Amino acid sequence: MTLTAQLRQVEGGSAQLYLAVAGGAFRRYSTYRAATLAGAFTNTVFGCILAYTFLALWQARPGLGGYDAQQAVSYIWISQALLVTVAVWGGGFQDDVQDRFRTGDIAVDLYRPVDFQGWWLATDLGRAAFHLITRGAVPTVFGALVFDTRLPADPAVWAAFLLSVLLAVVVSFGLRFLVSLTGFWLHDSEGVRAVMLVVSMFFSGMLLPLALFPGWLGRIAVELPWAALISVPTDVLLERRTGGALVAGLAFQAGWAVLLLAAGRGVQLLATRKVVVQGG
Amino acid sequence: MAETALERTGWALRSWWLVAAMWTRSIMAYRVSFTLMLLANIATNSLDFVVLVLMFRHTDTLGGWTLPELAFLYGTSGLALGMANLLVGSIDALGQRIRAGTLDIVLIRPAPALAQLCAERFSLRRLGRPLQAGALLLWSLSELSVHWTPDRLVLLPMMLISGTVIFSCVFIGGASVQFWWDEAKELQNSFTYGGATMLQYPPTIFAKELVAGTVFGLPLAFVNWLPALRILDKPDPLGLPAAFQFASPIAAALCVAAAALAWRAGLRAYRGTGN
Repeated sequence: MTLTAQLRQVEGGSAQLYLAVAGGAFRRYSTYRAATLAGAFTNTVFGCILAYTFLALWQARPGLGGYDAQQAVSYIWISQALLVTVAVWGGGFQDDVQDRFRTGDIAVDLYRPVDFQGWWLATDLGRAAFHLITRGAVPTVFGALVFDTRLPADPAVWAAFLLSVLLAVVVSFGLRFLVSLTGFWLHDSEGVRAVMLVVSMFFSGMLLPLALFPGWLGRIAVELPWAALISVPTDVLLERRTGGALVAGLAFQAGWAVLLLAAGRGVQLLATRKVVVQGG
Repeated sequence: MAETALERTGWALRSWWLVAAMWTRSIMAYRVSFTLMLLANIATNSLDFVVLVLMFRHTDTLGGWTLPELAFLYGTSGLALGMANLLVGSIDALGQRIRAGTLDIVLIRPAPALAQLCAERFSLRRLGRPLQAGALLLWSLSELSVHWTPDRLVLLPMMLISGTVIFSCVFIGGASVQFWWDEAKELQNSFTYGGATMLQYPPTIFAKELVAGTVFGLPLAFVNWLPALRILDKPDPLGLPAAFQFASPIAAALCVAAAALAWRAGLRAYRGTGN
């Protein structure tokens, strides 16, 4: 066998492996049926409360931030649908990694013949897929039935939205991966995670559309990676990003995804070296 | 039984105190970590108010209420939920204990199970929410020119205590559901945290059916909405008799009765898994 053929075999094998890992994560989350149902209910309750607050605000200021009242209400339901999928609060693989830090299994993970970062990314994509289908769909359908929302009819918009959500999950993973890796130095990333939650909730546009942020705060917020989590995919589905703006939005997400994954890779290398020193 | 109800209550409170003191000592071994988590807790809770402030950059009133008036709702809602969470919030981990089989350990100890479970993993870091909410309540009171008649002066402490009791009962009632459905914890969050979020906003912005639900269903309107109408001299969107604005203690008492029934029924339905 030539070298390239061997490499190709490994590549093919690993793609299959990651698919299997993602599928496993999907199935694992799908066993928590009651918890998923309870969670979807909570998203729906919060969606209701926040939709009313937005309606009151848009009644006082129609067309605020370039959204009409219908779009503002839709914004709430889409963001509630995305909250768990893109893990704005953190969580997902982070909980597993934290456990493995506690037990020391993390050292074993780094010497597996599978890439550490790739493994956890695959599990997180599997998790996100399950959450999009369940905790994403329930609030969306409820919101559309009970409130006057606007969802696109064009399948191309939905396709662009799904791509945007995929990129959002990868950006979110990139951020959470970096937080998890601080565990190598801090032994417990709980504190960093708490800070990240605050920043992420605020700058993702989860609480308020970034278009409503005043002055420089708004200008900075749209450039930060958190904007890729909620703000961009929501604007794609509300058809506020079409044509050039759509491409720019997706490129923005992809750029942060690549940057954060590369940063995670770099920190991972440093961490690996540190573990070698400790273990040697 | 020889012991009186008073003695039993005293013993329950003492059990709660002993467990809480033990957890406080253990947490205070890591003071820096404690301080950081307390600060993070305050920052997280403040986010909701930051959003309100940002909203008020675009409008002067929301549902006919000004920012200081909303801060009054925010402060009273946050204080009641925060105190309830501090005092009994640990109970919501009941489902986990049932699943892990560690509830039996609590049940065989010679102290009331409810008191122990409420104080389990007691953390002063949860002071973050009441501290932050209390500060905002003080700010709102300094901004608002409330005409302090005797009834309003009595209403304020009365609503804060009743509100704490009502939210405590929601925590305990919700936890009781976990005896049958051990993954109900998130469901409970909709009523505790979701309810508190709702109470941060004026009742005028919600559908009337929803507001009626918080008066006659799960009585969250008695935590702050109804007494606040009297204190801030606002019209009642439901047009209820004025007596409702003073009825928080009665609502709280009814909640205690309901939560006690739910807890006893749950405990009776519980069967240990044997581990």
